[in-house]
Amino acid sequence: MAILIIAEHDNSTLKSATLNTVTAACQMGDELHLLVAGEGCAAVAEAAASVAGVSKVLLADNAAYGRQLAENLSLLIAELGKDYSHVVAPATTTGKNVMPRVAALLDVGQISDIIAVEAADTFQRPIYAGNAIATVQSLDSIKVITVRGTAFDAAASTGSSASVDSVSPAHDAGTSAFVSEEMAKSDRPELTAASVVVSGGRGLGNGENFALLESLADKLGGAVGASRAAVDAGFVPNDMQVGQTGKIVAPDIYFAVGISGAIQHLAGMKDSKVIVAINKDEEAPIFQVADYSLVADLFEAVPELESKL
Amino acid sequence: MKVLVAVKRVIDYNVKVRVKPDNSDVDLANVKMALNPFCEIAVEEAVRLKESGAASEVVVVSIGPKACQEQIRTALALGADRGIQIETEELPESLNVAKLLAKVVEEEQPGLVILGKQSIDADNNQTGQMLGALLNRPQGTFASEVKIDGDSVNVTREVDGGLQTLNLKLPAIVTTDLRLNEPRYAKLPDIMKAKRKPLDVKTPADLGVELKNHTRLLKVSAPAERQAGIRVASVDELIDKLKNEAKVL
Ligand SMILES: Cc1cc2nc3c(=O)[nH]c(=O)nc-3n(C[C@H](O)[C@H](O)[C@H](O)COP(=O)(O)OP(=O)(O)OC[C@H]3O[C@@H](n4cnc5c(N)ncnc54)[C@H](O)[C@@H]3O)c2cc1C
Ligand SMILES: Cc1cc2nc3c(=O)[nH]c(=O)nc-3n(C[C@H](O)[C@H](O)[C@H](O)COP(=O)(O)OP(=O)(O)OC[C@H]3O[C@@H](n4cnc5c(N)ncnc54)[C@H](O)[C@@H]3O)c2cc1C
Repeated sequence: MAILIIAEHDNSTLKSATLNTVTAACQMGDELHLLVAGEGCAAVAEAAASVAGVSKVLLADNAAYGRQLAENLSLLIAELGKDYSHVVAPATTTGKNVMPRVAALLDVGQISDIIAVEAADTFQRPIYAGNAIATVQSLDSIKVITVRGTAFDAAASTGSSASVDSVSPAHDAGTSAFVSEEMAKSDRPELTAASVVVSGGRGLGNGENFALLESLADKLGGAVGASRAAVDAGFVPNDMQVGQTGKIVAPDIYFAVGISGAIQHLAGMKDSKVIVAINKDEEAPIFQVADYSLVADLFEAVPELESKL
Repeated sequence: MKVLVAVKRVIDYNVKVRVKPDNSDVDLANVKMALNPFCEIAVEEAVRLKESGAASEVVVVSIGPKACQEQIRTALALGADRGIQIETEELPESLNVAKLLAKVVEEEQPGLVILGKQSIDADNNQTGQMLGALLNRPQGTFASEVKIDGDSVNVTREVDGGLQTLNLKLPAIVTTDLRLNEPRYAKLPDIMKAKRKPLDVKTPADLGVELKNHTRLLKVSAPAERQAGIRVASVDELIDKLKNEAKVL
């Protein structure tokens, strides 16, 4: 049986998290179908059709799916999913929101946030903030899975020319409605896909000081992240939080600036290739995982670093 | 309106868990346990709804062995009115938890059910959504603001790109994110009072739910440890190392 992958998109572009999910799905089986559900999202379906490894794109273009409301989308995915061996989505906030509903509608469990595929029914996933890795086998006939993007390489976005089939069912549960959104606007790369991430913590002291990190990030073509403490204090918005309960990143270089290194923060960045920590406290736990530790006042070290690069 | 809050007993968030040498599970012997932080936020939100007059009663439910009564008492000390324990030998899988909660919802008929967005042990982030599907109710997951508005609720959600606000028809399900509120500390008199609040014990059989296994845990292993690297004495040395040793610049 084929595998149904749920595409992550904003009705105009296919998000890169989808490509990592395709790679994970490839390890579960051969025939991959990609569902693009949204409103006015034909361009996304076209992009999806060229993703390497995908043999068919299902396009559900309907107002009920425009905002990815979980109530509506889960009805659609569960209906289509009945005929698949696996239903797989990226572990983004959209995937996390919708997929457990799909699992419950299909009366199966969900395996969340997998980091490795051992067999078509056996997966690894981090538990306890990544302090342990569980190997779990699914006993269900349909496996509902969310995938941690940083654990799988991105599939090539070209190479295939899959058919695009429109699917008709329009499910509108009629119980939820979109009101408004406040989306962060940034020209920097997406945090979870950036090759350089510069993150700041409580040590930054206030939101204005994040400008120091922004100019460093811009020089390196990177993204800016933050600890929970920095978000809670209102220095920066929630979408910048890296950690167990925020975003998971694994860039080539991660700069932890004025961040102590709590286990919940490490859970979100310890798979980075190279970790640089700048902290004035030489006992800070972040130094235990950093490749390069600089004990210094960030207000001196960061501008110096930026100017010398 | 009645509010139902699901609370889970988990390892204290300050404890770094260890894997058992035989790789069968993590070692929780003599480890400090606590109310899951997201559940604490859920209780706080329910109590605030009651304090503001939007809710009339706050009922907490926990599923697990007898020890989880401790977390129910904690929730009662924070201001919940009564507790329900559903006695099971182990902590059941999320879909089973959701099925048990769905039965409690049928009995109690709450206008709002509040859960944590994830438990910090299994890190699943699924129970609330599953409950929503089983009950065919709308959900506001990862909530950073909850505003009751007549027969609906506006929930602001923390999503990857920022914040999103949805309007949900009541009855509805909410799961909490970190910025929803800052839970209060229980005062000693409240802790004493909580001991006398009603706490019912039920079994899955009482609720007519048969627990089913959907997964099998094959192994629990320790993650690859990162080795601490080196101290650099200056920014110049850092740049040199990044360029010439790590070759990432
Ligand atoms: C349920 C739960 C979930 C959580 N989820 C997350 C999560 O997803 N992500 C996350 O990050 N946290 C999370 N946390 C919070 C976590 O436990 C820590 O509280 C948090 O990571 C601390 O942030 P911080 O390192 O910025 O602040 P602090 O621990 O206060 O550290 C600030 C650091 O800055 C340094 N500093 C100060 N001034 C300077 C200066 N001038 N120059 C250089 N260094 C300086 C200090 O030495 C210190 O080490 C969670 C907690 C709970 C309970
Ligand atoms: C290493 C390990 C091994 C395990 N092995 C098994 C096993 O062999 N068999 C088995 O059945 N289970 C096992 N479990 C337990 C099981 O995986 C989880 O407890 C279960 O998946 C519940 O989901 P969650 O807490 O992760 O849900 P999440 O969806 O992350 O929790 C979200 C919210 O749901 C609510 N909630 C969750 N659980 C409860 C509860 N018990 N009572 C009240 N509210 C709750 C809370 O509001 C919580 O904040 C194991 C867990 C771990 C970590």
